[in-house]
Amino acid sequence: MARNPFRSEDQMFKFLLVVIGGAVLIALGAWIDTWVGVGVAVVAVAGIVWWLLQEPTPGAAEQPPRLDSSTPAGMHRILVLAPPGSSSVRIPDAVTDVLVVVPALATPTESLTGAVDDRRSAAEETSRALVQALARDGRTIRGEVGADDPVLAVEDALRTFGADEVLVVGGDGIADAVRARVAVPVHDA
Amino acid sequence: MVAHAEAHLDHHHEHPPEPHFSSRISPSILGMYLFIGSEIMLFGAFFTAYFFVRVVNGVQWPTPPYHLPVYMAFINTCILVTSSFTMHWAQTSIKRGNVFGLRAGLLLTFLMGLTFLITQVVEYLRIGFNTSNGAFPTIFFCLTGLHGCHVFVGLTILLFMTIRAFRGHFSPDHHHGVEIGGIYWHFVDVMWILVFLTVYIL
Repeated sequence: MARNPFRSEDQMFKFLLVVIGGAVLIALGAWIDTWVGVGVAVVAVAGIVWWLLQEPTPGAAEQPPRLDSSTPAGMHRILVLAPPGSSSVRIPDAVTDVLVVVPALATPTESLTGAVDDRRSAAEETSRALVQALARDGRTIRGEVGADDPVLAVEDALRTFGADEVLVVGGDGIADAVRARVAVPVHDA
Repeated sequence: MVAHAEAHLDHHHEHPPEPHFSSRISPSILGMYLFIGSEIMLFGAFFTAYFFVRVVNGVQWPTPPYHLPVYMAFINTCILVTSSFTMHWAQTSIKRGNVFGLRAGLLLTFLMGLTFLITQVVEYLRIGFNTSNGAFPTIFFCLTGLHGCHVFVGLTILLFMTIRAFRGHFSPDHHHGVEIGGIYWHFVDVMWILVFLTVYIL
C-alpha cells in the first residue's frame, strides 16, 4: 500500500514540499549543466516514487477488523455463499431468513477491463435458481450477486444482513478464508 | 403462514444493468483516481509533444532568436508556491477554529493565484512570439496555457471558498470544501513546478 497524497490536504501539502525539495535540486543541477539537471531530475523522480511507495498509509498494514454481525431476536438468519453454477444446497428447516450471495467470479483481466457482464448474468441465474429451490412457507429468502472475490462478497453482504451463520457451498478453502474474516460461525455446505 | 419467497433479481434487462460496486474501493476514491489518471494523460500528451520537439527533433530550446523570461517566471513560481503555504495556513486555521486565519489565508491565496495568472497573461503579451512561429512556441503556449486553465479553475473554486468563509459556512467540524479545494490547489502547484522545470529551467 503506497501513500496517497490526494487523501487529504495535509498529505498533499507534504507531497508538495517533497516536490519543491526535488525541484530545488534539479534547478541546482541544471545551473551547472542541462544534462546534470536531467540526471538529477531522473534521480529525484525515482526518489519521490520510492518515498510514495515506502511510506504506507497509517493503518494500511494492519489486518482489517473481523466483521461481526447481529441477528434480530426470534429469528434464525443464514447467509449462503454459493459459486456460480450451484444447483442446490441444504439448509436447516428452522432457518427463517436466507440471503443467497453468488459472487460474480471473474478473471483479473475481466475485472480490470470491466467485462464482467456475462459473469454477473451467470451469477444472477444461479442466485435465482437457488432462491426458487430454497423457498418455502414462512421463510424469507432473497438472492443477490456479490463481488468477484467470495470473501469480499460475504463481507459486503454482512454489512446489510445480520446472519447467525454463513454457509459456504463448494470447497477450495473458501470457507477457511471467510472464517478468517468474519466473526459469525462459518460452515461448509 | 405466508410464503415470502421473493426473487430479488430481474430476468429481463430492458435497460442498462444497475451500477454496482463493492467495499474494495469507494466511489469517491475511484473518482479521484480517475481524475488523476485523466490529468496525467492530459499533461502527458503535451509533455510528450515537448519531448518530441526538443529531444527527438533536436530543436534548440528556446529556438533562436527567442528568449524565455526565466526571471519573471521564477518570481511567478515563488508567488504560486507561497500561495500553497497560505492555503495550508487557512486549512490548519479552520481545524483549530481560527476563522480569521481561514479568511485571511483564503483571501491571500486567491490574490496570489490571481497575481500569477495576470502575470502569465502579461508574459504572453510581451514574450514576442506566438503559436504561428513554429513548434517551440506552440508547445510553450500549450503547456503553460493548459496549466493556466487549471489555475483559472482553481481560482474559481477559491473564490467560492472565500465567499463561503466570509459567510461563516465553515467550522472546525465542517470544512470539507476547504479540504478538497486545498488538495486541488496544491495539485495545481505541483503541476506548475513540473512545467516550470521542464520549460524554463532544463
